[in-house]
Amino acid sequence: MNKAGIRNKDKIKRIISVAISMIILGYTALMFIMPVVLTVSNSFMTKSEITANYGKVFSDSGTSAVSSYIADKVNLKIIPDKVSFGQYVTVLIKSPQYLLKFWNSVIYVVPIVIFQIAISLGASYSFARYRGPFRNTLFFVYIALMLMPYQVTLVPNYLVADWMNILNTRWSIILPGIFSPFAVFILTKTMQRIPSSIVEAAKIDGANEWQIFSKVFVPMSRNAIYSVALLLFIDYWNMVEQPLIMLQNNEDMHPLSVFLSKINAGEIGLAFAVATIYMVLPLLLFLYSEDRILEGIASSSAIKG
Amino acid sequence: MQEIYRNVKRRDKTGEKRIKHVSFEKRDKTSTVPFMIPSIAGFLLFFLIPFFIVLYYSFIDNPVNKEFVAFDNYVSLLNNHAFMLSLKNTLIFSVIAVPLAVLIPLMLALFLENNIPGKSIFRTALISPLVVPVASVILIWQVVFHYNGVINVFLESIGIEAVDWFKSDFSRLVVVLLFLWKNTGYNMVLFMAALANIPVDVKEASLLDGVGPVRMFFRIKLNYLSSSIFFVTILSLINSFKVFREVYLLTGDYPYEGLYMLQHYINNTFRTLDYQKLSAAAVIICIIMTVIIAGLFVMDDKLGSSVDE
Repeated sequence: MNKAGIRNKDKIKRIISVAISMIILGYTALMFIMPVVLTVSNSFMTKSEITANYGKVFSDSGTSAVSSYIADKVNLKIIPDKVSFGQYVTVLIKSPQYLLKFWNSVIYVVPIVIFQIAISLGASYSFARYRGPFRNTLFFVYIALMLMPYQVTLVPNYLVADWMNILNTRWSIILPGIFSPFAVFILTKTMQRIPSSIVEAAKIDGANEWQIFSKVFVPMSRNAIYSVALLLFIDYWNMVEQPLIMLQNNEDMHPLSVFLSKINAGEIGLAFAVATIYMVLPLLLFLYSEDRILEGIASSSAIKG
Repeated sequence: MQEIYRNVKRRDKTGEKRIKHVSFEKRDKTSTVPFMIPSIAGFLLFFLIPFFIVLYYSFIDNPVNKEFVAFDNYVSLLNNHAFMLSLKNTLIFSVIAVPLAVLIPLMLALFLENNIPGKSIFRTALISPLVVPVASVILIWQVVFHYNGVINVFLESIGIEAVDWFKSDFSRLVVVLLFLWKNTGYNMVLFMAALANIPVDVKEASLLDGVGPVRMFFRIKLNYLSSSIFFVTILSLINSFKVFREVYLLTGDYPYEGLYMLQHYINNTFRTLDYQKLSAAAVIICIIMTVIIAGLFVMDDKLGSSVDE
């Protein structure tokens, strides 16, 4: 066979492999975004349409007073019969309890993200500038703790919260969150990459530790700080375990991530609107700064030196 | 000092930046300590010290009497049906979910490596579940998997008997799917980063040698990926211990027996505030995690050492 023939064969092979990749990726990607698309599109349906479509699924778990039409088979649809903002109007104006839960989520997540990063910056600076046996051990303990599931860390957290008398208050969620070691880990790994020649140059110019920290290390870690902030936000926005234990007797303070699963059958139409409102913020952040988030994730893999 | 530059060293082999500066190093020992104090104080107060108290509680009969009972709490916990059930379920789930959470993202990352049109759209779509709160999509999952839900309607229409997806052993499958939906994106990003780090000349050289894609993967890429596979395995294992979140949102406090996870047990024990059981359980889970992770580290060292250097 001549060279052109081989090249043609390669070309065909390449086209086939691209086609297969596209089919598999396309199919998986579609399945992955379907729950999101369906939640959003269903939030624009009228209450009666939701009841008709999903009454069969949700009616058996709660109110039986639903007298409206229910289709005899579940009917999962992407496009609403009639686009309506009625659910949003109800959520935003008539049912303040959802907005209160949303506000709860904000009140937990914002201080945790800000203060965990602020405190971790100092610790990371110290870990990065000097690693003797003591600090190596300490850093190892931080990582070990980071790897532990909630089943291990929540019991100690609870004991302290009980001792400090902050159980069933916001502080029992916020304080342990602030001192969680995830940000320390990533920021230390980032700061370790800052060459010591830069530190020395700063010292020769007469900078003290605080100036090296605030004028050199923090600005140079800007990208990592941003990535960590996004990852922390996403993580705590989705929290479930901590409120269930720390706020056992105070469900008014539960974040929306827990409350959403408790919406009763009579309000199922609202639930789609609330669910959409809840995921819009992290989704927009993600679409706006996807590359930063990917960078943050990639740097989290530096667990082994 | 060497460790600090391990990352730099990999990229920059000139060795120029590895000069030691003893005088500065000595001074740094003390001068950066104040920066660490807030973090250490909080860490000690909320995690480390109470963890030792938990350890102490696991060896006494109750917080009032404080009598040393050796391993009694552990023995009674290991004889506790609910705890053993939750431990068994969690481990079964991990054994099923972790390999899938490594293989599927790895495959997707390899597919994405091909230069296909619309690559970034596929990537964004596959990663997006990472940022979507599980609570937000749980309604759709219920509509799909409920006994009167979409899948059963479909099954019945083609003449297959309906399955109770939440209250039978199939419920494990539902939770595995939800777990994969949530975790695939993160793991895929890690594999994509690792694949991007394979030197181009290595790939080109093997292409010129006429190595096919399959052999290229096993002979070359796998070597470069070994540490990512290790990390993704650890990460997925940790996340599989957190699957309570998905189960709870899907089925509430009292799920089907096969979905009763460790965190369910902990939650229910918190209701009665049995400190002895809670403490012993936390310590046992801590030991299990440590053993598994240490085991993976040892495995990685043995398998990876031939490639890393």
